[in-house]
Amino acid sequence: MSERHETAAGDGVLAIEGLTVAIRGKEILRGVDLTLEPGRVHGLAGESGSGKTMTGLAVLGLLPHGARVAGRIALAGRDLLSLPPKQLNAVRGAEVAMVFQDPATSLHPMLTVGRQLTEHMRHHLRLSRGEARERAIDLMRKVRIPGPEEAIGRYPHQFSGGMRQRIAIAVALACAPKVLIADEPTTALDVTVQAGILRLLRGLCDDLGLAVLLVTHDLGVMSAVADEVSVMKDGLVVETGPRGQVLVEPRHAYTRALLDSLPENAGNAAAATAGAEPSEGEPA
Amino acid sequence: MTLLKVDDLVVEHRTPGRPVVRAVAGASLSVAAGEVVGLVGESGCGKSTLARTVCGIGRPASGTVSFQGRPVTPLGLRRRDPSLTGIQMVFQDPYASLNPRRRVGDQIADGLRTAADTSTTPADLLDRVGLPREFATRYPHEFSGGQRQRIAIARALAARPSLLIGDEPISALDASAQAQVARLMRDLAVESGAGLLFISHDLSVVRLIADRIAVMYLGKIVETGRTDEVWADPRHPYTRALLGAIPAPDGAGVLPAELPGDVPDPASPPAGCRFHPRCPKVMDVCREREPEFGPVACWLHEPA
Repeated sequence: MSERHETAAGDGVLAIEGLTVAIRGKEILRGVDLTLEPGRVHGLAGESGSGKTMTGLAVLGLLPHGARVAGRIALAGRDLLSLPPKQLNAVRGAEVAMVFQDPATSLHPMLTVGRQLTEHMRHHLRLSRGEARERAIDLMRKVRIPGPEEAIGRYPHQFSGGMRQRIAIAVALACAPKVLIADEPTTALDVTVQAGILRLLRGLCDDLGLAVLLVTHDLGVMSAVADEVSVMKDGLVVETGPRGQVLVEPRHAYTRALLDSLPENAGNAAAATAGAEPSEGEPA
Repeated sequence: MTLLKVDDLVVEHRTPGRPVVRAVAGASLSVAAGEVVGLVGESGCGKSTLARTVCGIGRPASGTVSFQGRPVTPLGLRRRDPSLTGIQMVFQDPYASLNPRRRVGDQIADGLRTAADTSTTPADLLDRVGLPREFATRYPHEFSGGQRQRIAIARALAARPSLLIGDEPISALDASAQAQVARLMRDLAVESGAGLLFISHDLSVVRLIADRIAVMYLGKIVETGRTDEVWADPRHPYTRALLGAIPAPDGAGVLPAELPGDVPDPASPPAGCRFHPRCPKVMDVCREREPEFGPVACWLHEPA
């Protein structure tokens, strides 16, 4: 089992306790505990099917229909799981925001970038059209889009993949959230572009005091930006700790196997995870 | 023995009303039998266009592609010349490259028919790619991404290729499946004495399986060399930048170095060396003349 972080109440901005999710009788999460702190990046690693993405979606109440959820997700003293839909809508996009893997599909292709940046600001913060526009330009500058005044009138297809992901991050940051959930934000990008996005995420986290949950399978990315690292396997967090400890001296055998399966170390343990891919051998 | 020879290949994409895009602008490359060559570069640099032209899916504007000494003719409406079925390709997206309405065994059997192979069964090939034999009667939707890509590899191998091409075959897969599938492709190609041209933007996987590596930037190959040598001592500034951008999983919390600027529009590439606007070591000569030599196409490494 995981080592629990003994944090005093109110220390973490978001606390997930004993989260379980079952879809059609199949247990996807089997009791996840995580604490996010302001100004820190918490990395969530693990193979596909281990429940990383589900954990992120559960925080936003975006689980698929028919999912049965139990446990507690506490944001500033409120339990998000028991919140009525109307109040949850006020939290989503305003206090908790999300960045998805593929910026080509997470942005609407037929709306201008400016429209997508201002819509939720006007709704959540009740800004006027002019104020929202000002703020949108400001955000575009913050995520380093060149020529923000002209850029907000353009459509997503007019930007490169890296720029689109920057815009998706700007959309997420628009209402000054306390928690940002980034689900594989650099997986669809080239390494050179990835470097820029990681620097941006780290900078925003430090400057704005954001609590970031970074879901990624790339342990290199994890090592570059995460402060704390949690490793998931089969719906459970098997190890949590500071980056330096988990990636250098992992306590759990599974974390060790993940590290050994990296191309850099593959010579040492070629078949370490040969049987570890859960989907292999049993098609869905 | 040289299996595949690409000489000064130029491939252009023409769209009415738009300037001509030179996706591949004079690239030369060779693959020997039993050799694994990794082709790396950022998206939009022309890697996939090069691979498709090698297969005959695209038509070169100039330059030549020859396979076993014979030129590769573009694929038309007629049946392909049987001597060219020795080139087989594994595509990027196994969700799109397998027919969802046919059993995977039948799709693998297409490859066996191409090679006029009556002794091997689709189940034997599934066995070779590490899947249970009884999967032959199932449909593609019943499999995970990694399993589908194994099936696509089995189908390509069924045609007994002497050159296997993988066009980003692992980018649609999970991290854990990536290294496995890449190694599987290498082992199967080398085992059968075939050459493998492996295209990927993931440098760490290419390092794992390739004997030689070719780095492509904006339609040109800027550096080639033995993988271990390039990795230990990258000489072209672009190769250095690419390798420097990979974050190391060492737990040190070091943010990777950023390469300034975007890839220029291939429709109007910069004059002189194509990399000069982003190059940290740019000199006057770089802005004026393009380095037309190898193995490192950079004025800093001009052969004497």
